[in-house]
Amino acid sequence: MSLVVDIEKRLGDFTLCTSFETDGGILGLLGASGCGKSMTLKCIAGIEKPDKGRIILDGVTLYDSDKRINLPPQQRQVGYLFQNYALFPNMTVRQNILCGLRAEKDRQKKEKALEDVVKLLQLEGLEGHRPSQLSGGQAQRTALARILVSRPKLLMLDEPFSALDSHLRVQLQWQLRSLLAEFRRDVLLVTHDRDEAYHLCTRIAVMDGGSVLALQPTKALFADPGSIRAAHLTGCKNIVSARKCGEYEVEVPEWGVRMTTAQPVRDDLVAIGIRAHYFNQKSAQNRYPIVYVGDMEEPFEWIVEFRYAAQSEGSRPIWWRVPKDRRPTVFPEAFGVAPANILLLYS
Amino acid sequence: MDLYPLWNSLRIAAISSVLVFFLGIVAAYYAARLPRAVKGVLDVVLTLPMVLPPTVCGYFLILVFGVKRPLGMFLSQFGIKFVMTWYGGILAATVVAFPLMYRTARGAFESFDKTLAYAGQTLGLSNTYIFWRIRMPACRQGILAGTVLAFARALGEYGATSMLIGYTPGRTATISTTVYQLWRTNDEGGAFTWVMINLAISAVVLLCVNMLEDRQKKAVKR
Repeated sequence: MSLVVDIEKRLGDFTLCTSFETDGGILGLLGASGCGKSMTLKCIAGIEKPDKGRIILDGVTLYDSDKRINLPPQQRQVGYLFQNYALFPNMTVRQNILCGLRAEKDRQKKEKALEDVVKLLQLEGLEGHRPSQLSGGQAQRTALARILVSRPKLLMLDEPFSALDSHLRVQLQWQLRSLLAEFRRDVLLVTHDRDEAYHLCTRIAVMDGGSVLALQPTKALFADPGSIRAAHLTGCKNIVSARKCGEYEVEVPEWGVRMTTAQPVRDDLVAIGIRAHYFNQKSAQNRYPIVYVGDMEEPFEWIVEFRYAAQSEGSRPIWWRVPKDRRPTVFPEAFGVAPANILLLYS
Repeated sequence: MDLYPLWNSLRIAAISSVLVFFLGIVAAYYAARLPRAVKGVLDVVLTLPMVLPPTVCGYFLILVFGVKRPLGMFLSQFGIKFVMTWYGGILAATVVAFPLMYRTARGAFESFDKTLAYAGQTLGLSNTYIFWRIRMPACRQGILAGTVLAFARALGEYGATSMLIGYTPGRTATISTTVYQLWRTNDEGGAFTWVMINLAISAVVLLCVNMLEDRQKKAVKR
C-alpha cells in the first residue's frame, strides 16, 4: 500500500512541483492557501493533468508522462472528499451513497453495503433526506459514506473541517480519527490547520510555493521544523533572524542576545524559532532580562507580549503563552529557554 | 373555420423547440468548456439571430436555402425544399429561437458547481450518467426556462417565417401570419379570433411552467 507522486505542473506564474511517497498511514499536506495542496490532490484524482511526472498507486500507474499513461478519474479508485462535500443536491442521502455502489451489480450485496455504511457513519433515519436538509456534520458523514462504499485504494480529504463551526470541528476530528484507524489504506489530508494535522496525521509534508519543503513524522516535524515556512505553519509564533557564532551557540542581533542550543548549529543558519509556550521563568539557561509590554486574555491562557531588555527598537515584541493557573502574580524579570526548545531554521 | 394555422403553428413550435432543446444544450455544454477567445467569437455567431430583425434572418435563410442556391439545389434533389413548405417554418423558428435556449442553458452550465462532476468521476460514475443525472437536474431551472422561452418564441415567430415560407392558406399558414393576412384583408373578426387563440395557448404554456416549478419546489422541500 503506497502512493508515489512526482509531478510538475505550470499554472501561469505558479509552478507546482511536488514529490512524496506515502507508507500506509495518514499523510498530512500542510500549507497556506494557494500553495498547491488542492491542485496536488486534483492531479492524483485525475481531475487535472500534470505537465510531466508520474503517479503510482499500489503499483498501478495512474499517470506517467513518459509512458503516456493518464487514467481517467473513473478508473483510479481514489476517494476524494471535497471541501464542500459535493453531495448531489437532487438526490437523497440514500441515492447519493448508492452512487458509490454503481459498480456493484448484485442487489443484495448493494443493500448490505448500504446498510453497513449507514450504521458505521450513524446516518440511520437520514436516508430519505436531501443534502440541503443535513447539518454540516451529517453532510460530511454522507460524503464519506459515499466514498467508502466505492472501496477506494486511497482516501483524500481536502480541508474536511473548514466548512464547520469550531465546536463541531474537534468533535468530528475524533470521529474521523477512529474511522481512519479502521480504513487501513493510505490517506492524504490537506489542511492549513496545524492542530488538525497534529490530531490526525502520522506524517506531515509541509508545502510552500508549490513544492514540498519537508516530510517528517508529525512529532519530529513539530520538534524540528527545519525551515522558517515550516516553523510558521506548525504554529511557531516567535521567529527571528539569527546567525551561527559557535558550535552550539547562535547570536540574535535583533533581540540582543546569544542562545545556547542543544543541536550543533550549521553554517547556513538563517533564523531561530521559540514557541510561545517555551519561555520559562525559572530556567537558568539562556536567561536574559525582559520588559513587559502588554497582554491579551484567552479563555484558559494568557498571551503576554514582552521584549528583551537589549532588544532593538523596531523589532516585534515576543509572545509568551501561559496557562492561567501558572501565571505569576508579579511579572518575571527574566526568562530562560531550554536549549532543546530552540528551533534552528535554515533558509 | 379552418383550424389549419393552429395545427401548423403548434407542430412547428413543438418540433423546433425539441430541436432547439438538444442543439442549445449541446452548444452550451461545449461552449462552456472552450477557451475564452474562441468562446467569444462563437457566442457572437450563435447569439446573432436573437438581436437581428427576424426578417434579416429570413433573408439569410433564403440566401442559403433558396431553390437556386447551391445548398437549396442540393437538398431539392432529395425532395427537401425549405422555401414555401410548412417544414421550412421549423427551420425559421429553430434559427430564431436557438439563441434563447443556448444563452440560458449556458448560463446554467457555467454556474454549475464543477466539484459535483469531479466527485461523480472519482466515484466511478460515467460522464454520460453525470451529465444526465447530476448536471442536468442541477441546471434544470435554467434549461426549463430556456425551453419555454424557445417554445414561446417559436410559436410567435413571424418575420423569418413569412420571408421563408410566406402565407399559403392550408399549406404554410401559421397563427401569426394568418393574423396579419386576415387583418390586411379587413377581416377584423377573423384576426381577433386568432389573436384570442394565440393568447389562450400562451397562457396555458405559462400556467404549465408555473405548476412545474411549484412541484419542483415541493419536491425539494420534502
